[in-house]
Amino acid sequence: MNLVQFQQAVPLEWYLILSATLFAFGVVGFLIKRNLITVFMSIELMLNAVNLSFVTFAHQWHAVKGQIFVFFVMMVAAAEAAVGLAIIIAVFRTRATLAVDRIDRMKL
Amino acid sequence: MNGNLHIWLIPLLPFAGFLLNGILGRHLPKALVTIIALLAPLAAFGVVVNAALLAFSPMELRSWNGPGPIPGLLSLPYIETCPVGWINVGAFHIDYSFVLDQLSLVMLLVVTGVGLLIHIYSVGYMKHEEGYYRFFAYMNLFMFFMSVLVLAGNALLMFVGWEGVGLASYLLIGFYFQKTSAADAGKKAFIVNRIGDFGFLIAMFLLLANFGTLTFSEIATKIGMDPGWNGGVITVIALCMLLGAAGKSAQLPLYIWLPDAMEGPTPVSALIHAATMVTAGVYMIARSHAIFDHSPFALGVVAIVGAATALFAATIGLVQNDIKRVLAYSTVSQLGYMFLGCGVAAYSASIFHLMTHAFFKALLFLAAGSVIHGMGGEQDLRKMGGLRKKMPITFAVTTIGVLAIAGIPPFAGFFSKDAILYAAFAQGGTFGLVLWQVGAITALLTSFYMFRLWYLVFLGESRSHDAHPHESPWSMLGPLVILATLSTCGGWIGIGRFSSFLKPSVGLKTLESSAALEIPLMAVAGAIALVGWFIAHFFYKLKPAAPAQLATSFSGGYKLLLNKYFVDEFYGYTVVKPLLGISKYVLEYVVDFAILGGIAWLMGGIAMLSGAILQRWQSGNIRSYAAWLAAGAAAVLLFVLVPWSAVWPVAFDFLSKGSGH
Repeated sequence: MNLVQFQQAVPLEWYLILSATLFAFGVVGFLIKRNLITVFMSIELMLNAVNLSFVTFAHQWHAVKGQIFVFFVMMVAAAEAAVGLAIIIAVFRTRATLAVDRIDRMKL
Repeated sequence: MNGNLHIWLIPLLPFAGFLLNGILGRHLPKALVTIIALLAPLAAFGVVVNAALLAFSPMELRSWNGPGPIPGLLSLPYIETCPVGWINVGAFHIDYSFVLDQLSLVMLLVVTGVGLLIHIYSVGYMKHEEGYYRFFAYMNLFMFFMSVLVLAGNALLMFVGWEGVGLASYLLIGFYFQKTSAADAGKKAFIVNRIGDFGFLIAMFLLLANFGTLTFSEIATKIGMDPGWNGGVITVIALCMLLGAAGKSAQLPLYIWLPDAMEGPTPVSALIHAATMVTAGVYMIARSHAIFDHSPFALGVVAIVGAATALFAATIGLVQNDIKRVLAYSTVSQLGYMFLGCGVAAYSASIFHLMTHAFFKALLFLAAGSVIHGMGGEQDLRKMGGLRKKMPITFAVTTIGVLAIAGIPPFAGFFSKDAILYAAFAQGGTFGLVLWQVGAITALLTSFYMFRLWYLVFLGESRSHDAHPHESPWSMLGPLVILATLSTCGGWIGIGRFSSFLKPSVGLKTLESSAALEIPLMAVAGAIALVGWFIAHFFYKLKPAAPAQLATSFSGGYKLLLNKYFVDEFYGYTVVKPLLGISKYVLEYVVDFAILGGIAWLMGGIAMLSGAILQRWQSGNIRSYAAWLAAGAAAVLLFVLVPWSAVWPVAFDFLSKGSGH
């Protein structure tokens, strides 16, 4: 069974279910986790879940747009990761904590 | 020849003077301010004279005799309209149109001519005053609005001038605004005039509703075409206009502002509160005579108001001790004469009296100013006396002014006053006779109080020890001499010639002279004036103690007159106090504080309460925001994905069936 055959064997729904599941994990993680870094990782998880559905549809409709979109999302995610991690480090330096519930003031 | 006369320059030149002096005057040297202030009315006067010379050249005037139209190069009315309209709404158009006809030409000659003389006089009079430039800026502003009022071709443009002269009057009455009495007098003039303006506005609305136009000539044509326009709504319009005119021209019951207006500088009293602005009401009635001619009732009211005011003000003038107040009441009285003339449809006689009155009353006021100037600010007649030697020129011109206003031939006032009395008498019937009698009694009183003033100021011995009277400078005396000449000769035009000239403008009735009736009436009028002089001579020359005795023996009547019939107090209790009470207790406490304030507080309270509740949302807690975000997304998904239009009927069905069991 080569790759093409495998792809044809796995139906569209499976990809979508996987994507939705990953997205749901991301949402739940974002809502319940208290560590800022974990919250951040949950966001990445949601982004990649969406990426997966983009790729799936791009393949399904033989359209390259979806794949290009994925590259854009990855690029933005990378930039966001850089800025976000910098903020997290700054927050940790000034407040000595990463618990999101305790970071609720703009002023120190 | 109807070339371009540029009559729009007549108002706009003084306006330019106002802008220059008003904006830059503070920084300009006094000489330059003077030049600007004098050039503006001088140039305007030049334009008017040019138009007048075109309208009737003196050469042809000399050969003219008879009732026909006076030949001239310029055919009147001459109209200039601004190419850009003012108001264009559907079929309703208002233009900036200036109309030069016989009526406005006479009025403009008076306004710009007398105005120019008073400007020149003011240079000397106001020399040492603070705010010299401010004074002349206001004076030029007044000239601007007054010429707009006179030239206006429609009622709305006239209203602009009407309000504008009110504004200028307010500013100039309150010129010494540091003085409470002056500031109050300005406010009083403005507020009392608002009552009259209300009448004018209502009249304009009614004109629009009934004729669809505010242009005087169109209204006159429309009224003339349909004989059905008589009485009824025309009477209402005319009475509303009369209210406006009574406000501006200080007639009963709205005359109370004019005596107080004497708080302004004396040249202002001469220009605005004697010669020009206060005659605007007479001018307005003459201008809209087509309306009044079609309502005999309104004309009768005009005549009654005029006659009553003339007599009423003259009696107050008998006992006043302030030189300017005497003149103020005499102005009110003379304006009453003009209204009386309008009321018997003798508009040309009214305008004739308006013109001569402008000459001799401006003269008297300016002479009074010269006296006050020479006496160092003293205005009380009881502290003057014996000024004949000290101020010979002022004495001479005042004498001419007094002779003119008293109606002694051959001075100007005699001819115009006689024309009005004759018109009243010629109206016939009991009404005409009563009007004539009131006019004649007023003439007697006028003659008496003017000679009283003359005796008290100039003759006898000086009653003041600390004053050092001196003659005024020539910039003040020059205009006085010119005005004295005009007061002497102004009446020689003759009412017959004058009314023939005005006939195209004021229509209908010209005074045909009938020697059989006129000469006895003239003799009576002259005799009345002389009797008044004799009484004054008796009281103030032969028996100087007599007035005081008379005042004590008739103390009730004397006090009544001295306190001006307590009219101000009466208005104070019946109008001002209740209004203040309503304003304070109903409008301020109930409407403003309770209702409006309450609503405002309620609104504020609702906003603050909802803010306090919604504020809790903005906790700063990231997971709370995230939860709301997720909840919102879930709600959107629910809204989009569930086919509600299919679900609702099923649910209703289920519920109704469930309740059915």
